[in-house]
Amino acid sequence: MSGNGGHGATLAEKVLSRASGLDTVVPGQIVEGRVDLAMMHEQGAQTVGPFHDMGATEVWDPERVVIAIDHWVPASTEGAAVLHRILRKFAAEQHLPHFYDVGNHGICHQILAEHGWVVPGDLAVGTDSHTNMLGAMGAVAAGIGPTEMAAVLALGRLWLKVPPTIRVNVHGELGPGVTAKDLVLRLLGEVKTTGATYKSVEYGGPTIDALSMPQRFTICNMTTEMGAKCGMVAPDQTTYDYLAKIAKHPMHPLQPDKDARYERTIDIDVNGMDPMIACPYSPDNVRPLTEVVREHVKVDQAFLGSCTNARIEDMREGAALMRGHKVHAGVRFIVSPASTSIYNQCLQEGIIEVFTEAGAVFTNSSCSACFGGNMGILAPDEVCISSSNRNFPGRMGPKEARIYLVSPAAVVASAINGEISDPREFSS
Amino acid sequence: MKDVIEGRVWTLGDDVDTDQIIGGKYLTIIDPNELKKHVFEIALPEFAKGALAGDIVVAGINFGSGSSREHAPQALRAIGVGAVVADSFARIFFRNAINLGLPTIEAPGVRKLFETGDTARIEMRAGKVANARTGAAVTFPPLPHHLLELLEVGGLVEKVRKELEARAGKATA
Ligand code: SF4
Repeated sequence: MSGNGGHGATLAEKVLSRASGLDTVVPGQIVEGRVDLAMMHEQGAQTVGPFHDMGATEVWDPERVVIAIDHWVPASTEGAAVLHRILRKFAAEQHLPHFYDVGNHGICHQILAEHGWVVPGDLAVGTDSHTNMLGAMGAVAAGIGPTEMAAVLALGRLWLKVPPTIRVNVHGELGPGVTAKDLVLRLLGEVKTTGATYKSVEYGGPTIDALSMPQRFTICNMTTEMGAKCGMVAPDQTTYDYLAKIAKHPMHPLQPDKDARYERTIDIDVNGMDPMIACPYSPDNVRPLTEVVREHVKVDQAFLGSCTNARIEDMREGAALMRGHKVHAGVRFIVSPASTSIYNQCLQEGIIEVFTEAGAVFTNSSCSACFGGNMGILAPDEVCISSSNRNFPGRMGPKEARIYLVSPAAVVASAINGEISDPREFSS
Repeated sequence: MKDVIEGRVWTLGDDVDTDQIIGGKYLTIIDPNELKKHVFEIALPEFAKGALAGDIVVAGINFGSGSSREHAPQALRAIGVGAVVADSFARIFFRNAINLGLPTIEAPGVRKLFETGDTARIEMRAGKVANARTGAAVTFPPLPHHLLELLEVGGLVEKVRKELEARAGKATA
């Protein structure tokens, strides 16, 4: 259906029309959107104060609220223990049944994905910037702060400015050793960390169509690093198959119109593309991995984890490369699956053993070394190779420490060699 | 919110992300008065001790990028910062700051007009930021009506409180 002043609507415009109950919306318009799903992690503890200060007494719909603690699990400091306690108390008082507590925990975005909490057409918000990951479901999924979340819990809606949309069309086939992570890094090198600020990024084209849901999650996840409000993939059979048994509420499989108006269209051909690496100190400081490999950068720590790349597919890929090799002397290799169910799957498939026998430390599922506040913190002059999404100064502790962002396979290759390496070296 | 905000300026560069405003190790701190001791620890270490209520932060592009942590604007509000003006903002920081009632102004070109220690004069409705020392000024599109309103009532907590009270009033009437 076309209707936005003579042209069609983008996917984000379709979803926000639905959320706000309007026939059409245009970029720049401020709308009140009805929220389909609200997610909180530890930062949610800060919503409790404003929620009460607002005079709110009841959460608008306990069935649409998910709490998933992930940054400090189990609590590693007294401060974290207090945050967890505030959330548990709030959940009990408000009768919030969907609390993923210690033992059933995982990184909040992965919990939303693997339990089907966000479905096509949804407006989802979370107290974490990488909530964008869930846009892979064909939803508008955005990060908000805790005061705003308090208003969402009280009212079930929030104000939104309809974003303009950047369309990204991807063609070609990803070669061996080249992953969705490399694709999104390449895009970041082009769009830069401010290129999509306040905007929606809509991914499509034959390469995206061929990606699995986990790969789409990785791409939408790092849309956050472009400054975007949301990153989205229109739902298709891959989406419906993924959600078939787990969807928690009815889907509204909206599609962008053929004559949708995009602020900008980016065409990318991935044929012959090399693996990519984001160098310190910004996720958009992207170079072909082969270039950096030639500089023989020694690594002190390797991290396979985070909401970007710690799903079972990433773990399998990493273990396949690890098998028959040892972690290089002098490298601390931390492997942290994104959820308890992925942990259990790793256990069943013998993946944990592959890593631990090679000399890696396989941790419980959490954000782990990703954010410099829990474990895996670096010393100032150290280098970490990581499958996560950010390498700003201070991200893993001291501002001087250098973080390089790559695919899971490149993390493992570097852990084996003790310096930044190309995973394709191991494929023959 | 005052229509004219005046204060002493602290300048920062481009891309000051939330890790540089409040580091990950402080995220378990809830008390804003504790948080404010660590603000800009990486980007501008002398700020936390030297900043006074009413001071104005002037930054370059993409201020507040990175995480959704509200600790960042909270710490600034706890200090009593009068306004944050930048060439551009990352979206979650912008929302968080406005929701907390902290005047947040996107004025492209503003950063190069100021040095730390200058006095800035911001006219919210007219959309103008001027340097009192040099006289240089830039204009900006004033905030949309509903955001000015949000600042006017003192932030989102107050706004929702009024709405819930009105709703309860109707229910009992
Ligand atoms: S894994 Fe890292 S990026 Fe993802 S939610 Fe946790 S801290 Fe944030």
